[in-house]
Amino acid sequence: MIEVRDLHKAFGPVKAVEGVSFSARDGEITGLLGPNGAGKTTTLRMLYTLMTPDRGEVLVDGINASTDALAVRRQLGVLPDARGLYKRLTARENIDYFGRLHGLPEDVLASRREALIQALEMGDIGDRRTEGFSQGQRVKTAIARALVHDPRNVILDEPTNGLDVMATRALRQFMQKLKAEGRCVLFSSHIMQEVAALCDRIVVIAHGRVVADESPDALRKQTGEANLEDAFVKIIGSEEGLAA
Amino acid sequence: MNTSVRQKPYRSRAFLTVFFKEVRENLRDRRTLISAFLTGPLLGPILFVMLLNVSLNRELDKADKPLSVPIIGAQYAPNLIDALKAGDIVPAPPLADPEKAVRRQDADVVLRIAPNYGAAWRQGQPVQVEMFYDSSQRDASTAVERVSQLVESYARQQGAMRLVARGLSPTTAWPLVVARRDQSTPQSRAVLLFAMLPYFFIITIFMGGMYLAIDLTAGERERQSLEPLFANPVPRWKIFLGKLAAICVFSSISLLITLVAFALVGQFIPAEKIGMELDLGVHFAAYVLLIMLPVLLLLAALQSLVAAFAKSYREAQTYLSLLMLVPAIPSLLLAVLPIKSAPWMYAVPVLGQNLSIIQLLRGNGIEPMQLGLCLAGSLLAAVIAVLITMQLYRSERLAISA
Repeated sequence: MIEVRDLHKAFGPVKAVEGVSFSARDGEITGLLGPNGAGKTTTLRMLYTLMTPDRGEVLVDGINASTDALAVRRQLGVLPDARGLYKRLTARENIDYFGRLHGLPEDVLASRREALIQALEMGDIGDRRTEGFSQGQRVKTAIARALVHDPRNVILDEPTNGLDVMATRALRQFMQKLKAEGRCVLFSSHIMQEVAALCDRIVVIAHGRVVADESPDALRKQTGEANLEDAFVKIIGSEEGLAA
Repeated sequence: MNTSVRQKPYRSRAFLTVFFKEVRENLRDRRTLISAFLTGPLLGPILFVMLLNVSLNRELDKADKPLSVPIIGAQYAPNLIDALKAGDIVPAPPLADPEKAVRRQDADVVLRIAPNYGAAWRQGQPVQVEMFYDSSQRDASTAVERVSQLVESYARQQGAMRLVARGLSPTTAWPLVVARRDQSTPQSRAVLLFAMLPYFFIITIFMGGMYLAIDLTAGERERQSLEPLFANPVPRWKIFLGKLAAICVFSSISLLITLVAFALVGQFIPAEKIGMELDLGVHFAAYVLLIMLPVLLLLAALQSLVAAFAKSYREAQTYLSLLMLVPAIPSLLLAVLPIKSAPWMYAVPVLGQNLSIIQLLRGNGIEPMQLGLCLAGSLLAAVIAVLITMQLYRSERLAISA
């Protein structure tokens, strides 16, 4: 369960986030939808405590990020916008590194790692160094290391960025699986179909503000548009930055 | 799932995890390995031997500049003084304690003429001229040589005149003539070379840790792996300390390699030809290692600091190349102006190491106080640099690339 209340963040004169509030519930997939530069990544960065909000608060499973950032990070599995791997380490070693940073005992780590490698169908690349991995293989490895500690909450920043159709499909299925396991899945995207196909709840962000927080059906109803893309354009009030 | 259940916090072993991962990852990087374990540590010894041999094969100096020599009892031997003056020696006022003055490097050489010089001379008896000097003071030996040659040639000349006065040929008194073929290097060059020796050690430490320092901050950010790393439930200072330890391990191995190389190469340096005994053995290496430990930490922290400031790998490389010149300053200063060391200088990082190593090379040994100052001063600087870098690691901007 992730709760965000009235987040503000400015970089000098640029107000990146101006009052974002929403909550993402367990057993649901929540989509953070918005055009490029709307403040999605900055919002997520405040969620996983990389940045401190100027105002507002973040609660993850009831833990306040400003008072116990480490505990919040323990509750989260994060695939950030930046998802660089260690190219001189194998995929398994990359995963192990993060598992050990979480302090997982070696036996727990090994079983979690192998479960993820199986779930993400990366058995063939597990012992290869990540240098030269395809985009899809890289994302898989990054997701595996993000989830190695079995987090209750999963944050994915534009997870399907740069993936081909097959990899995207596989990733969507994986997210459904996370949801079925009762986790709270929060992901950001600027891609309509993805959000429409996956989300139980859509939080639309534009210009650093939440402009809608509904289920996909409610969103369609509210705008009177049958097509979610048209609904989206109507909500954010322009076609700027829309990619399908 | 129950939302109120907290993830169980495991026992933290972040420091070791980061440390071992960085060491393992960098052991797989050929460029880092070559720089840390090959070019870095071996460049110094090779360069050193080459320079030394080149300069050994060169003759120089004897630029007869006026030399000021304190003379005690100058009034007893006006003729000798005139002869010295003719040899461009400028008599200086006498000193109360010639031994001490020479040992403290207040004077390179001091002459003492006995009060009975005149009387003995007139009776044709041998008279004694005492010369005080310290042969271990490398920059004094040219002066010592000059003064002793002048005094001896004055003596020979006077002896020849006495023989002539008695109707004998002066050559009867010299059945043998030594033709001196001086192979010694100019002392000034030797000074320069030995003063550079500490810098070779520092360069080695620097090169040993440089690629790691860049890779672990600027590099990691550029490859976009710093942000996911910081999303782990580990305080950033622990991550930094793990990285710092990895840098230190690499640079200390570099230093060890270079010390071993110097010890081997030291066998081939014909140090005796320049009037010095060069001991680069185990004793020397152990001392150098000890006094370099705080510098190792200091440099690792400074490298991380600079690399963390830089926006990219390349930028970090540029900054660090400039930073590499900074520790050269004390070595160059000592080489150009052989200053007399004051105790406070030992507390200055790098300068203290320089002076201590020169002391070791001279065979003087390091006094406990000098050693203490040297270690404490550098350690303090290192701790400050570590704390500043730790503070920098807390910055929000650090993790974010572009």
